[in-house]
Amino acid sequence: MMSESTTRQTDHVTPAFLAEADEIVSRYPVSRRSASLPLLHLWQNRFGSVDDTGIEWIADRLGLTPVNILELVTFYPWFRREPAGRTVIRVCRTLACAMAGSHEVKEKFCEAAGVDPHAGHHGYGCAPPTSADGKFSVEFVECLASCASAPVALINDDLVENIKPSDVASIVEKLKSP
Amino acid sequence: MTPFLSPPHPKERRIIFEHLVKPGYAPDLETYLAHGGYASLKNALAMKPSEIVDAVKAANLRGRGGAGFPCGTKWGFINREDGKPHYIVVNGDESEPGTFKDRHILHRDPHQLLEGLAISAFATSTRLAYIYIRCEFPHAARIVENAIREARANGFLGKNILGTGFDLDVHVHQGAGAYICGEETSLLESLEGKRPYPRIKPPYFPAVLGLYMKPTIVNNVETICHVKHIIRLGAAEYARMGTPGDGGTRTMCVSGDVARPGIFEIPCGAVTFRELIFDVCGGLKPGRTLKAVIPGGSSAKVMRADEIYKIRVKGSDGAMVEKDLPMLDIVMDASTLQSVGTMVGSGGVIVMDDSRDMVWALNNLNQFYANESCGQCTPCREGSLWMSKMTARMLAGGGRAEDPENLRSIADNIAGRTICAFGEACSWPTQSFLAKFPEEFDKAAGKAETT
Repeated sequence: MMSESTTRQTDHVTPAFLAEADEIVSRYPVSRRSASLPLLHLWQNRFGSVDDTGIEWIADRLGLTPVNILELVTFYPWFRREPAGRTVIRVCRTLACAMAGSHEVKEKFCEAAGVDPHAGHHGYGCAPPTSADGKFSVEFVECLASCASAPVALINDDLVENIKPSDVASIVEKLKSP
Repeated sequence: MTPFLSPPHPKERRIIFEHLVKPGYAPDLETYLAHGGYASLKNALAMKPSEIVDAVKAANLRGRGGAGFPCGTKWGFINREDGKPHYIVVNGDESEPGTFKDRHILHRDPHQLLEGLAISAFATSTRLAYIYIRCEFPHAARIVENAIREARANGFLGKNILGTGFDLDVHVHQGAGAYICGEETSLLESLEGKRPYPRIKPPYFPAVLGLYMKPTIVNNVETICHVKHIIRLGAAEYARMGTPGDGGTRTMCVSGDVARPGIFEIPCGAVTFRELIFDVCGGLKPGRTLKAVIPGGSSAKVMRADEIYKIRVKGSDGAMVEKDLPMLDIVMDASTLQSVGTMVGSGGVIVMDDSRDMVWALNNLNQFYANESCGQCTPCREGSLWMSKMTARMLAGGGRAEDPENLRSIADNIAGRTICAFGEACSWPTQSFLAKFPEEFDKAAGKAETT
């Protein structure tokens, strides 16, 4: 399972990172601005969040002003300005999953991962509630498009399906081992 | 894993899901070619672009993303000779609650999409296309990108496709967790790197002023895949599978309280609710009775299982007559569902049995819409939040006598007053849940004794 957030090295844009960014920009021959979202993904995947350095760096690469990038970070739920846990558990909240018990599943994830669901601040750009050891974040997200195998959760890059509340502790235990 | 019936139910006819559900079917080019892949592209490139557009029109293909717009008509808005660049944007933002078909196409059979896309691009004189995939499908983005590389290396994409002189560049673009980006003009703003606020129509019809203000076709993943099969089967045979206004097959995503949820690919108009739920999906859970069905994604108006609907059908003398029909006997095609006030939408069928509280279910959906409203238009931004706060309060035991009427009034004042169809999408659940299950809302409002 890929780790979503790596160590914060916002002062260190490597040549490889730069080359990847340039390749991304080349996919948008009509308008560099179209590369905003993919560069935000690249930055957040690499550095764990998009802080002011990231916003300014992306704006500069694309010939934009920082607010053009900031307004995306504060709109899209996926982006955050502060780091999340190493493993981000996104439990589906919407109807079919809720009917199949996703509320209980989410509570169990919070318990097992040591996450206080009310911790931290809330709102766009904020990190989801995170455990004190920084290992886990747990949050509800809207429909993950897998309603026939409800309830589901996206754990970093991987979809976990048909989750029983009784399975949650062992799922989290496996995520703890490196 | 999303269950697929194996072998397919007799009511099914799998064309989109024919191969990808087979054990061992891999998303690589070699597998795809072994299953006849890219033969339709070869045939299409020998046709005139106008012939392909005509075939899509004759096939009666309707968009599979939710709005159900006739695909050939949409393509017909593009003037191939206008000298402008044209774009195709494939909508793989699959986020409508209850819908989960594109996920499987993207993960398991990306070349089917690319073949359909190359044919569609040839038909509309398009040289650059983007596939917009929601970022909650990170593996799908990598799988499709890998398929693009394979196709390019083997002459199915890129420069001079199959030696015909036709060029097409395709790139994947990932979303960032916003449902609104499934709305086609919002998706274009997102792809332009802006806040994805939907554009107002007119004038910003994508086919006229789309991506970068150039003529653009936005089609759903499944819709684009169907184009391949229209070429493969021929428009006439394809159309014959469906009804006169709704050709081909439709993937129905069934979830909720059925014994066998899953994806079922069924010729348009070939099943009633009764056949889909009680036959194809194996009925309800033991001891339960059917209460409600949301027939086409969460925005589609809910239907009540014990209601007798009035539908207009052609009588023996050819004239239209009104007929009473139990909900379960309604045929699930686009025009029939439209005639009973709901829609086939994105094919997401959410089934609810008698254990479900309708105030609870509506509150779940109201929270979804309140979370996902982009905030551009006041009626939707404020109204969706008010509705969710009211149903949450009712659920928590704080219902007031005026709540049902206020909910109705808020919903009625959103629909039709917003830039995009999200206004309708967030109003229809409230309007329909209140209309179909008034007794539950009255009870939650503390009015039980008077009704």
